[in-house]
Amino acid sequence: MNERLRIGFIPLCDAAALMIAVDKGFCAQEKLDVELIREVSWSNVRDKLNIGIFDAAHLIAPIAIASSLGLGHVKVPIIAPVALGINGNAITVSPALYRALAAEAGDGIIDPLKTAQALARLVAERKRKGEAPFTFGMTFPYSTHNYHLRFWMAAGGIDPDEDVRLVVLPPPYMVDSLASKQVDGFCVGAPWNSVAVDQNVGHILHFMSDILASASEKVLALRQTWANENPDVVTRLIRAHHRAAQFADDLANRDEVCNILAAPNRIGIAAEVIRRTLDGKLKVAPDGTTRESTRYLQIGRNGAARPNPVHAAWLYAQMVRWRQAPLSAALLAQARAVFRPDLYDAVTGTSAQPATGEPADSVGAFAGPAFDEGDLAKYLAAWR
Amino acid sequence: MDPTLKIVIVDENPIRAAILEDGLQEAGFTQVVRIAEMTNLLSRIYALDPEVILIDLENPSRDVLEQMFQVSRVVKRPIAMFVDSSDSASIQASVDAGVSAYIVDGLKKERMKHILDLCISRFNAFSRIQGELEKTKTQLEERKVIDRAKGILMKAKNLTEEQAYALMRKTAMNENKKIAEIAQSIVMASDLLK
Repeated sequence: MNERLRIGFIPLCDAAALMIAVDKGFCAQEKLDVELIREVSWSNVRDKLNIGIFDAAHLIAPIAIASSLGLGHVKVPIIAPVALGINGNAITVSPALYRALAAEAGDGIIDPLKTAQALARLVAERKRKGEAPFTFGMTFPYSTHNYHLRFWMAAGGIDPDEDVRLVVLPPPYMVDSLASKQVDGFCVGAPWNSVAVDQNVGHILHFMSDILASASEKVLALRQTWANENPDVVTRLIRAHHRAAQFADDLANRDEVCNILAAPNRIGIAAEVIRRTLDGKLKVAPDGTTRESTRYLQIGRNGAARPNPVHAAWLYAQMVRWRQAPLSAALLAQARAVFRPDLYDAVTGTSAQPATGEPADSVGAFAGPAFDEGDLAKYLAAWR
Repeated sequence: MDPTLKIVIVDENPIRAAILEDGLQEAGFTQVVRIAEMTNLLSRIYALDPEVILIDLENPSRDVLEQMFQVSRVVKRPIAMFVDSSDSASIQASVDAGVSAYIVDGLKKERMKHILDLCISRFNAFSRIQGELEKTKTQLEERKVIDRAKGILMKAKNLTEEQAYALMRKTAMNENKKIAEIAQSIVMASDLLK
């Protein structure tokens, strides 16, 4: 008997494993009859998952944690037995801000510490002249994009709550907002940074992997109560996603994967643009300059699909740092428990062997002390 | 009802917004303002300073409103989502209807319940009207196809209009299909044989 499931997603490249699991038949192999439902907002995805309209969802990792901790909204415990992607975000700025940063940072324009310090000098100059602060777009209060932007800016001495404006923008509105100068830059996932460059309205300043070598982005989110009641379905979902993630990251399948993702009822954007993201070869400037990184969006390689609780701890630390959550051992434990590598390992036979070339603290931030989830108070004190 | 309660409707669909606005006006809420322009949404809302914000779930800008939960210097009044964990029936009904409500912290639940119920019924009414419109449109199209098929049969088999219709009906019954489907096949076959 086939199990019928409804799974919500937002049209972004990091939903690749989910789309491939469904459209390439990995779910069908597991006798899972999945209806993928494209959503327009993270609030909708969260609410429909929470109240059971969706059985599972493509969700930004910090929303899964916030929901489990009851931050900002109804408390509904969520688990993430599969990570849908590592990295994949980028910071894009307007041509005007790029020129100003380049004038300040010179050759350091590719160094996130230099650009953050350059931005701090521009911020100070604006303040002195009594001009409006810079405005940056991000996707949600509990989003990796919010935390990544803040992490970068704060390293240069900027107070993200006082010195600049951070505003939530739906990803499909980011490019227009940059073009109409409502924002000076944004942090968002693929393909929107590339779309901005293609439309000559933005420069990709940093890949997120320049800021953090390894950061959990989206997860496959399930309600804990539902997962407890349906262990067999969870097992089949994990297996289908594990296979789909390997398939999606295999170069031999790249054309097919890009075509599947490009479909109008999936991401609905040219396959060639999606390919740049999966290849990690991005056009970063309107003049055609490209940049390449093997660390850009990772779906199945380097153990990317296995949820890493240290990443959950890092995200919780950001919630504490930016005063969204109090610091407590109990909350940290709850946040870590959202990520379930135990479930993933039980199905796939994987284990916590660190891959070579991966950061020792699992995060690999460009600034500040190594991340230590064993002593968050000390780690956070280093930023004050 | 409390006419002083300021309500903002965020909806890009003018018909649905009008239906909801009418309902709220009839219920005695006189301070209802609609926002249809999504740029700088937060500052537009702050300028109006409402007690209640209603937004349709098709609107990507719902995520923008989530920022109002955050304590920050731009947020003048703390906002909460109306539904909490004790109101699972309410949240289910409102999500099904396609509407979400945000209220200022401290607003009495009972007062809000009335507004939300009204929203849900108006949103459902709108979906019904839209569904009926779709149905009428389909029926019109089906009627056109049936008329064309009738004409084809009358000409090809030298039948009267009644006989042509009776033949299609009989075939539909035998094949366990709708007359419109049989008619569609006739039209398609005739186009192919042209």
